[in-house]
Amino acid sequence: MIARTLYDRLWESHTVHVEEDGTTLLYIDRHLVHEVTSPQAFEGMKLARRKPWRIAANLAVADHNVPTNDRSRGIADPVSRLQVDTLDANCAEYGIVEFRMNDPRQGIVHVIGPEQGATLPGMTVVCGDSHTSTHGAFACLAFGIGTSEVEHVLSTQCLLAKKMKNMLVRLEGPLARGVTAKDAALAVIGRIGIAGGTGCTIEYAGGTVRALTMEGRMTLCNMSIEAGARAGLMAVDEVTIAYLKGRPFAPRGELWDRAVAHWRTLKSDPGAKFDHEVTIDARSIKPQVTWGTSPEMVVTVDERVPDPDREKDAIRRESMERALTYMGLRPNTPMTNIRIDKVFIGSCTNSRIEDLRAAAAIVRGRRLASNVRLAMVVPGSGLVKAQAEHEGLDRIFKDAGFEWREPGCSMCLGMNADRLDPGERCASTSNRNFEGRQGTGGRTHLVSPEMAAAAAIAGHFVDVRQWR
Amino acid sequence: MERFTVLTGLVAPLDRANVDTDQIIPKQFLKSIKRTGFGPNLFDAWRYLDEGRPDKPDTDRPLNSDFVLNQPRYRGASILLARENFGCGSSREHAPWALAEYGFRALVAPSYADIFFNNCCKNGLLPVALAEGEVDRLFHEVAAFPGFRLTIDLEKQTVATPDGGEVGRFDIDPFRKYALLNGLDDIGLTLRHADKIRAFEERRRSEQPWLFG
Ligand code: SF4
Repeated sequence: MIARTLYDRLWESHTVHVEEDGTTLLYIDRHLVHEVTSPQAFEGMKLARRKPWRIAANLAVADHNVPTNDRSRGIADPVSRLQVDTLDANCAEYGIVEFRMNDPRQGIVHVIGPEQGATLPGMTVVCGDSHTSTHGAFACLAFGIGTSEVEHVLSTQCLLAKKMKNMLVRLEGPLARGVTAKDAALAVIGRIGIAGGTGCTIEYAGGTVRALTMEGRMTLCNMSIEAGARAGLMAVDEVTIAYLKGRPFAPRGELWDRAVAHWRTLKSDPGAKFDHEVTIDARSIKPQVTWGTSPEMVVTVDERVPDPDREKDAIRRESMERALTYMGLRPNTPMTNIRIDKVFIGSCTNSRIEDLRAAAAIVRGRRLASNVRLAMVVPGSGLVKAQAEHEGLDRIFKDAGFEWREPGCSMCLGMNADRLDPGERCASTSNRNFEGRQGTGGRTHLVSPEMAAAAAIAGHFVDVRQWR
Repeated sequence: MERFTVLTGLVAPLDRANVDTDQIIPKQFLKSIKRTGFGPNLFDAWRYLDEGRPDKPDTDRPLNSDFVLNQPRYRGASILLARENFGCGSSREHAPWALAEYGFRALVAPSYADIFFNNCCKNGLLPVALAEGEVDRLFHEVAAFPGFRLTIDLEKQTVATPDGGEVGRFDIDPFRKYALLNGLDDIGLTLRHADKIRAFEERRRSEQPWLFG
């Protein structure tokens, strides 16, 4: 038998039908639904007089539009409110399980899926959201889809897709103190570029990945889309299995044992061939900070803002110049001289309990710098929030001057009221530093939770490796 | 879905690499629960001088005259010429909805992000990928000749000038091409295999029952 990659195996085990040209009807095990990309899909389905194919495959949550401060008054913005109400109504109509805004289990869709055990190894997982790649940390084939595809999955439990290429990103060696999965993700993007994974599914492997917790693995898979790859995935090991045990949607008893026996087989065969392979020495990775308007515009914290004059390619040079103008930065400025106005710790990249613990460890006993106007911590879910409060992390943040908020996407994209004002500069643990992403005219620097916390205290970027 | 066969139209150039879907349609407009109404907010932050809001009419907003689509010579364009990795980032289908509603029926660029490419095809908006050199040449031609038009023939998979000079050929999966040429709805096509889906599902349920708990 020919050696197959994990992606090959997941693909083959979900193939329902193949057209002559290879277009494949792929069966979908889990469909996650949120309020922004689903209303038109439900409407389309209704207009076509169709019904959801398998209701239990769907799990819904409102996350993008929800307020992160006092929720007792509901959603103030009527347009946001209508979108959330529409999700509630659609789920109620079809009997789809939904964690509503005031449910303690509510949170960011990519945080709650794994947290509930709704994401299980060997599944195909889709959601109308590009960061669905997060779930690949559980050896799932998980990827983002558009609204037409949301309707397709609702109506048929399948998707039409063409097989991608296999790409292997191997990370070897331990991460240095103060260097996290987020830094590894940014380093990978810095290396292969934001289109480096286009047309591919990335499998992450190597000792570094095995040594990461599930939280760290999710952070790494989450940012696959920022490298252009629709999906990122990792083999199952004991860490995966231990994480899932006892989760509400995970199997129990005899079924659990059967499932685990199957899950342990979910890895690439030895000698499986990849179309592209990249090896990164993880020991050399340093804390990363983006300087521009795309995640590949990244340097290490001890470097300087790059100089476009040294770029030979004309299109790249122009992008750099445009980015520097937008970001209000001068070439050759040391990254540690850049002062910030706001700090955002949250998003599906970095809002899980470990992220909050790591940030709290930096903040403990200190105060926000006086130039920092707002620093907010937005837990990824109600359960993460409760756990953090149980550990007293909320006190540490509040004592330092941070705001402690309710779970949701928040200032990752600012669809709710949380956003940057024009010209404001933010240290953010989210995943996209696109123009206007966190608010029109806002300037985003992507960093790890530790780096964001340290920047909040210092008022500018600092190298957490030297933090005491 | 609207059929796509042959399109001849005015070309507008957007000379930036890695244009992400946050730029194509900013987040504040994603709050709509409708499929329409996005055209006036295509490239909103570049196109207007003030900040757009979903509850504010766009008609009186100050236009950014530097932005290419605001130049009178590109009014009525139906083909957008773009650079590499167009449509990266968020999966929002509002991006192709906005492009289509604005009047674009096809895109020409060296490469596209995967999810965006798919989303375009589902909306009868044809994303044509040409070699980088060919795209570069087109940028020069568009700048040099006001009123520059192209003809895109899906059946023949060619891009040509209206006088018949071939600019380049493009690839497209036969299945996608068939759906686009005939304006077929993917869901309808898939449901022809409903029995196969059911059989697959039953087998899966017996082999991995924990997935159906
Ligand atoms: S946290 Fe940000 S990236 Fe993640 S799903 Fe929400 S908006 Fe998207």
